[in-house]
Parts: sequence; structure tokens; C-alpha cells
Amino acid sequence: MAFPLLSFVTFLPLFGVAVIALLPILFPSGHEEKRTQASRWIALGVSILTFISSLAIYAGYDAMAGGYQLIEKKDWIPAFGIAYHKGIDGISLWFVLLSALLSPIAILSGFAVKERVPSFMAALLLLETMMIGVFTTLDFVLFYVFFEGVLIPMFLIIGVWGGEKRLYAAMKFFLYTFLGSVLMLIAIFAMVLKTESADMTQMAHATLPRDVALWLWLAFFASFAIKTPMWPFHTWLPLAHVEAPTAGSVILAGVLLKMGGYGFIRISLQMLPEASTHFAPWVMGLSLFAIVYTSLVALAQTDIKKLIAYSSVAHMGFVTLGLFSGTVPGVEGALFVMLSHGLVSAGLFLVVGVVYERLHTREIARFGGVATIMPCYATLAMLLSLAAVGLPGTSGFVGEFLAMQGAWLYRPAVAAVAALGVILGAVYMLWLYGRVFFGPCDKEDVKSLTDLTLREKAMFAPLILFILWMGLYPETFRHVFATDVVHLVGGKGAV
Amino acid sequence: MDVSLIDKAIVFLPLVGFLIAGLGGHRLGDHLSQLITSALVTVSALMSIYVFHDVAFVSGAREHVLAPWLSVGGTMLNWAVKVDTLTAVMMLVVTSVSALVHIYSIGYMHHDRGVPRFMAYLSLFTFFMLMLVSADNLVQMFFGWEGVGLSSYLLIGFWYDKPSARKAAMKAFWVNRVGDFGFLLGIFACYQMAGALDFVNLFKNAPQLVDYSVQFGQSSCNALTLICLLFFMGAMGKSAQLGLHTWLPDAMEGPTPVSALIHAATMVTAGVFMVARLSPLFELAPTALAVVACVGAATAFIAATIGMTQYDIKRVIAYSTMSQLGYMFFAAGVSAYGASIFHLATHAFFKALLFLAAGSVIHAMSGEQDMRKMGGLWRKIPYTYALMWIGSLSLAGIGIEGLFGFAGAYSKDMILEAAYAHGTWYGILAFALGIMAAFMTAFYSWRLIVLTFHGQARGEAQVKAHESPTIMLAPLVPLALGAIFAGFVGHEWFASAANGAFWQNAIFVKEQAAETGHHVPWLIKLLPLLMALAGIGLAIKLYVQRPYIILSIVQRLGLLYKLVANKYYIDEIYDRLFVRTLPRLGGVLWHKVDEGVIDGFGPDGVAVVVQKSGERLRRIQTGYLYHYAFGMLAGVTLLVLWPFIVRLYVFFWGGLT
Repeated sequence: MAFPLLSFVTFLPLFGVAVIALLPILFPSGHEEKRTQASRWIALGVSILTFISSLAIYAGYDAMAGGYQLIEKKDWIPAFGIAYHKGIDGISLWFVLLSALLSPIAILSGFAVKERVPSFMAALLLLETMMIGVFTTLDFVLFYVFFEGVLIPMFLIIGVWGGEKRLYAAMKFFLYTFLGSVLMLIAIFAMVLKTESADMTQMAHATLPRDVALWLWLAFFASFAIKTPMWPFHTWLPLAHVEAPTAGSVILAGVLLKMGGYGFIRISLQMLPEASTHFAPWVMGLSLFAIVYTSLVALAQTDIKKLIAYSSVAHMGFVTLGLFSGTVPGVEGALFVMLSHGLVSAGLFLVVGVVYERLHTREIARFGGVATIMPCYATLAMLLSLAAVGLPGTSGFVGEFLAMQGAWLYRPAVAAVAALGVILGAVYMLWLYGRVFFGPCDKEDVKSLTDLTLREKAMFAPLILFILWMGLYPETFRHVFATDVVHLVGGKGAV
Repeated sequence: MDVSLIDKAIVFLPLVGFLIAGLGGHRLGDHLSQLITSALVTVSALMSIYVFHDVAFVSGAREHVLAPWLSVGGTMLNWAVKVDTLTAVMMLVVTSVSALVHIYSIGYMHHDRGVPRFMAYLSLFTFFMLMLVSADNLVQMFFGWEGVGLSSYLLIGFWYDKPSARKAAMKAFWVNRVGDFGFLLGIFACYQMAGALDFVNLFKNAPQLVDYSVQFGQSSCNALTLICLLFFMGAMGKSAQLGLHTWLPDAMEGPTPVSALIHAATMVTAGVFMVARLSPLFELAPTALAVVACVGAATAFIAATIGMTQYDIKRVIAYSTMSQLGYMFFAAGVSAYGASIFHLATHAFFKALLFLAAGSVIHAMSGEQDMRKMGGLWRKIPYTYALMWIGSLSLAGIGIEGLFGFAGAYSKDMILEAAYAHGTWYGILAFALGIMAAFMTAFYSWRLIVLTFHGQARGEAQVKAHESPTIMLAPLVPLALGAIFAGFVGHEWFASAANGAFWQNAIFVKEQAAETGHHVPWLIKLLPLLMALAGIGLAIKLYVQRPYIILSIVQRLGLLYKLVANKYYIDEIYDRLFVRTLPRLGGVLWHKVDEGVIDGFGPDGVAVVVQKSGERLRRIQTGYLYHYAFGMLAGVTLLVLWPFIVRLYVFFWGGLT
């Protein structure tokens, strides 16, 4: 039997959790400082190892062939056809790599956390296992376990290490996503009973009666629409972001939101294609609403983090827009938006974290002229902002461009409305940048700021690298999922 | 040296300069940054001269694919350097003006604290502009297009601690984005209907679309007309045409070398370049051409009227730029693309000259830009004065047909004659507005000269006024030579009967275009010159001999003058419609809809109900959190361990049944 690479990558972070749990034995009470320090470096080391091993997945995947590869399968509950079943295709591959890339960055930013550090690090590692689990699982029940399992560490990260209103935020986050999950669970049970198998690869070929398919689609939609989040299920997100510590925001925006989009691809589009086509006009409508509405709301924000959170909702609008256009450029665009947003929003939340850790405020009006004091920081923030507004040459452009091309193929008018989001995106992003970084530097505490430390530069460097890479040479990424996307939409919209 | 290497080097040397000055500027210091960036762009400019000659007269167009970039539904778009005559002309203009502006900036910015950053941005701009003109597909063009927009934003906001600069920079980016909205949709439409985004296949497939229409909701529209109008919307934003022009005058907040390079000579002409590049498309969409002609002519006229009323020396030239861009567009609208690009090239020389000379004036006046506080400067800065005259003579288009003229004379006459000879209503309209604009152009140019250089000194700064250093004056000499001779040298290539051979299908060339000039009555040919002379005469008469008359004229015009002097209140209208409304709308959506309706009926509503039903809830809130987490964890554990539980069960009790 081949080396179970996917399981290895999935559970390696869990091994880190175990090591951190054993730390009290190595450093008995009285050596808390050492224990804290050790937990940080263990978490960082393990997550970097995980990233390196995730590169082996990339190396081991045959992009020309496409389809599910690196399969691992063991019976689990045979009576219901439930199995320990793992595998990836060209689409999920990138989400695994994204999770594995963002985790060490989040952990590095988590070095700034001062309370209950070992638990915090353990929570982040547990989160990583759950995330990678979601993207590598091909069994429906196991998928649900990981999908929900993500909630636990994230709930704790917000609820324990969050800001002032952390309890309210954590509860809202939990209530919303849990509501969606319950509906999804019912739908999963229904599908498993109907097809007598929990094998997600077989589910794509299952034929369900039309009305059943429509109901199932709606149940899944509830879960993914909340997770993505789509308008009007988005109100948990700004709050969760504002209260979450930086590391939590990085993972929340970078990976957790992508689980919604991934669910749409893996389940809605792949298993219920007819229902997806049936509901596509509604999804398109909600997506357009999300793009324009949340962009406008972003304009009115006074808190940096909230503004970026709202912009996330707008960007996710492009994802659902591209996915449900049912065209090759649209779906490829949606994938690029997800990957790009994973990098860019993670970077932007790090940007907020940097000043928040120094001044303990995120009020836009409290800043101004930061570019004079922190030139290196200002340059990085500029690059990230430009990627967020989709400037060609950055990853943001590739995704938005292709997603809107897909939307145009669906209906020209849809693309026309979506393109308004491109204008509004530039408005709120540059407005934010101008207010924080430009202008006279006349506030005393702003004058006392210091530029980025080495640790902070190390967090940004990989993000910037991949943002430019994806913008200048997207083929590296596209050629891996190209076959699967064509398969998914039946080659629609290609020349 | 290999030709392909030269072509690529022209484009990428400025990028190298940007990277060196941008990343290592603080270590290199001011002088090395200036030296390296200027040297690299100068090399680029020298090579462009060679390439221009080679492409236009020797070996013809060529294209070098660098790498694949973007795959749209299976069609691969490449990073490429495509050089045909149109590109070669643009390369020549862009790199030469850029090199001179780089050198000029060494003197102009010597006291600034951000010198390496400034030089880096200038080089970055040059790179993006070259990527724009050498693209072989619409999307790389868009890359350059947005890239020059970014550079423009960074350079307008170069003195970012000035709130006015910050505001102007953002405004430029935003208004351009509105134009880009059209550009983007145009690209999407091309992909859907022509099935291609590279120029070769696009132009090959376009003729099949003549009778094709697009459904837009309930209404439908001719496909090519729609595509061309969408692209033109992009061009209007970039080239500051009426409606999307409000950013250009404000862009004068940037340092003057920036105004010369970006907001006069090169970037703002990108829209004109785009229409010329897409001329095979526009030729198939006569309705779109009529729109282009009308918008261009209206812009030429309106901008000239505003130019007559401004007192900021840079703003006068900015409105003049806008007006001249209008000329280029209505030339394209009457299918005289060659004349349009010709004017683009001559304009680049004389307008860069005017801006840099104005920069020299501002430098001499220690930063003063208000012409009302100038006057009597010509003895103090004689060289600048002479250069300003040369630029203005070229702008006004002074020259005698068949003998010799300043550069602007050839291109402007060519445009006006083409408009007159086009034989359509909009051709005649453009001609009429263009002729009036020519009069106003001459008027505001000499108004500027008289107010700045003649009469009494009206401010204190004149006492210390001094001529600029050689490093600032020297770059003006080549520009002045261009402003004088570019027309005389170039008009044979751009417009003679042999122009088909010169352009080599790089743009659409009308077969009879070369002939039209000969069928225009001599009075029409003479009219632009007469109008220009009249404008000069009136300006000198009013401002030198009878300055007091101005006041009474202004008073007599009353409201009309107020309207023009306030730029037709377009900024104020936009301010009311968008700038103030949108954030307010966002606030309403946020507080009323998000927090009011969605949360009110959603999670908060539920929470309130729950909270009311149990006072206990608050007391156990801290435990609550772990409670849930524990519950979830237990559930997950149970699920994960299920097989083992089953096995244990089987082990002890032997079988499930």
C-alpha cells in the first residue's frame, strides 16, 4: 500500500496538538514562560512541515489526467456504505495548499497573543487538521465531521481570545453556521439513505427525482450560503472578524469562507447539476446584490477591520457569480477569486493586526500619514490593496476578470452590474488606504509607530509572492484544475 | 544586436530601473537612483529611434511572444511585445518624452525627500505605458491601461501628506475606473461574439458581426456598435473626454514633470491610441464613430472655453490638453486615424515643452502657480520665455501651407481638413467646433504668455526669480526642436499618398484619405491659421493694451462667464450625485437593512426571545461557551470512534443481530 500522504498531511497538525498537550510534563509549573515559547515554535514548526508535505501532494498529482487521485479508502461503517475515504482532485488540491500555507502565517501572527498561548496554538493546529480534512475527504459523513469540526476551534478562538464583544460574536457565528449545518446534515442523511452509499465520487452519478434534488439543493444551499457568506446571510461575518484575534481572522477569511464555495462546487454543482441550473438565476441575483450592496456598506464603515470584512462578502459575490454561470471561464474565475481572496484578505487582516497591536485601535479616523512613519508597511499594504481592487498583474484581477467573463456569457446585464463592483471596490479600498496612510501625520501616537519587525515581514513575504505569481503567471495554478473544471461544466463557454 | 532583444529591452529597461530605484533606492541614494533610472530610459529612447526607423521603413512589423499569461475558456493570451508602425510611433514618443522628463526631474525634484521613489514611479509608468502600446491582445492592453492609471495615482499623490494631492489622486483613479468599466465589458463582449481577444483574430472575425445584435435585458443593440462604444467609454476616462474629464485638471496637484509626461504627452493619449489600434472595429460601426466624433469635438470646444478663464498656469495647460485630445478623437471619428496619431505625436512634443516650461516658471516663482501674481518675468527667465513661445506657436498651429509650419500646424490642419472633407453632418460639426477651438487655443496661449511674462510684476516672488539650471533647460531643447520640426519631417509619412506603406495595416487607412486634402477649398485651408492669428491678436490687444476692458467684458457676460469659469459646475453636480450620496446610502443600508431588518428578524431577534425567556442565561454565560464546545467535541469523538465502538460491541456480545 502506498504511503497515505493525504492522511499524513491531514493529521500532522494534530500530532503538534498532542506535543503541545504534553508540554506541561516537560515544563512543569513555574516554567510557564518556557512552555509558552516552546508551544509557539512547535506550532510554527509543525505547520511549516505540514506545508512542505502538502507540496508533495502537488508533486504527486497528475494534472493531465485530472480526476480524483491519491485515494485512500478503508471501510468504516459498511452497513451504510460509510468509509474512511480520502482523495483530491485538481480543485481541492489548491484549497489544501492554501490551508497549509495560511496556517503557519496565522500561527506566526499569533505570536502576538499573550494569554493561554499553548491552548491558542493547539486550537490553530486543530483548526488546520479540520480544514485540510474538509478538502481531502471523499466520504459524505466524514466530510460533515470535518466541516463541522472546523467550528469548534474557531468558536474557541473567537470566544476566548477575541475582543470585547467576543461572546456575542462567537455565539452569532455559531448560531448562524450551525443552523446551516443542521440542514446540511439532514440533506446528507437523505442522500446517503437514498443512494445507500456515502461515497462522494459516486454521488455525482446518482440520479435523484427532480423534486427531491431541488429540496436537497436548498438544504445544502442554506449551509454554504451562510458559510460563504452570501447576502443576506452575511451579518455574522463582520462581527466575527472584528472580535476575532488577527490569526483567527486570517484563517476565517482565508480558508473558512472558501469552504462555502468548495461545497457549492463539490456538492451543489457536481451532485445536483440540474437543480443548480434551476436555481442559478436566484444565486446570480443574490450575488449581484452582495457585490453592490456590501460594497456600498463598506463605504460607510469607520472600523478598518469591518470594512475589509464587508469587502470579503463582495468578493465572495464574484465567487458565486462565476460558479453558477456554469461556464469554464466563470468557474475558473471563481476558483481564482477564492484562492486570491484567501491570500489577499489574509494579508489585509494582517495589515490591520499590525497597527492594532501597536495602537489598540482600528478606528479609521484615528490614523493618517502612516506612510511617512512606516514606509515598508505602507508599501505592502498598497500591494495588498491593489490586489483587492483587482489590478491586472495581481491575483485579484485574474479571478474577477474570468468570473465576470463567465457572468457575461450567462447574461451580459449580469456582468454589467457586477462590474459596478469593480468601481466601488476601488472607491472603498483607496478611500481606506488614503485615510490611513496618506495625509498629514499629525497624531502623536501615530508618530510613535515603528515599522515592521522581521517576524511581521516573514508573514507578508509568502503572501506577496503568491499574489504576484498568480497574477503574472496563473497557468501554474490553472493547469492543475483545468481538466476538472471542463469536466464539471461540460466545457460550456470555451472557444 | 538581435532585433527581438532590442524590442524587448525597450519595454523592460524601465522596469529594471523601477526595481532598482524602488527596492534599493534608500541604499543607492538620490544621485545614483536618478542616474540609473534616467540612463536606462535614455537607452530605451535611443533604441526606440532605431526601432521606429526599422519598423516603418525597413523590416516591418513583428511580434515576440514572451510567455503565456491568461487562459480564457481555452484561448491563451500571451505576454507579448508586438511592434508595428503604430506601436513604434508610440514607443518613440513615450520613451523620448519620458527620458527627457527623467532628466528634467533631476533638477526639478533635487530638494525633495522622496527622490528615489519619484524616479521609480516615473520608470514604472514608462514600463506600463510600453506594455500598453506593445500588447497583442486586449487584456495585456488592459494590464498596461490599469498600470498607467496606478502610476498616475501614485504620482499625483506623490506629496501624499497634502490632503489636496491625496484627493486628486483618488479622484483620478476612481474616474478612470468608471471608464475601465466600459473597457472590461467591451472585452467580455468581444470574447463572446468574436470568440477572440487577440487583435489578429479579433479583426479577422469582426466583419462577420456586422449584422449581429446583443440582448441587453429587453432591448437589443448592434453588437459592434455596443463593443466600440464600451471601449470608447474606457478611452473617455483615460483621455479625459467630456463627462469623464474632471480628474485631469485636479491631477495638476502632482509634481510638474508628472503633468508633462503623464497628463499631457503620453498616458492621456492612451485612449486615442486605443481607438486607433481598434480602428478595424470602429470602421465597422459607423454609429460609434459618429459618437466619437461628437464627443471629441464637444470636448475640444468646451475645454477651450474653460481654458480661457483659468488663472492657474498649469490648469490652463491642462484644459488645453483636454481640448487637443478632443481634436485627436474627432479625427478618429472621421476615420482620419493617421492624422489623429500624428497630432498625438506632435502634441506630445509641444505640450511636454509647455508643461516643463511652466514648471520652470513655477520653479523660478518658488512654487507660485497663480498667473495673477506673476507678470514681467521675461527679463528674469529669458530662455524659458523663448521656449514658451515656441510651444505656444506650435500649439496654436502657426504655419504656411506648403512652406513651413510649427509641428502643431501640420497635424491640426490635417485633422480639420479631414473633418471638413468627410462629408457627414458630424464631420462638419467637428470642423466648426474645431475651428472655434483653434481661435480659443491661440487666445488662451497668449493670455498665458502676456499674464506670465509681460506687464508689471504683481507678486513678491519675482524679486528672487531666477532662470532654471541647465539640467532643467537642456531637456527642453530637444522638445523645442520637436515642436518646431516634427510636423515638417513627419507629415510626409503620416499623411502623404504613401501613408499606406508607412502604416502597413497597423491602423485602418481610408483609401482616398490622402486625396481629400486636395479637394478642400483654399479658404478652408487658410481658416485655421487666420483664426489662430486672430486669437493671438485679440489676446495681446486685450491683455497688453487694454487690460481694463477684461473686467467689463467679464461683467457683461455675467452668468455665462461664471458658468464657464466654474467649469460648468460639472464637479459640483458629480459631488451631489455620487460623492456625497454613495457613502450616505451605504450608511443607510448598513444601519437600517443589515442591523435593522436582517439582524432584527434574524439572529438578534432569536437571541432576544431566548434572553427574555430565561434570566438565568446571563449568569451561566461564561460556562455556556465551553459547554457548547464540549458538546461538539464529544459528538465528533463519538462519530470518529464509532467503528471501534461497533467492534467492541461485536467483541463482547457477538454480532449486531
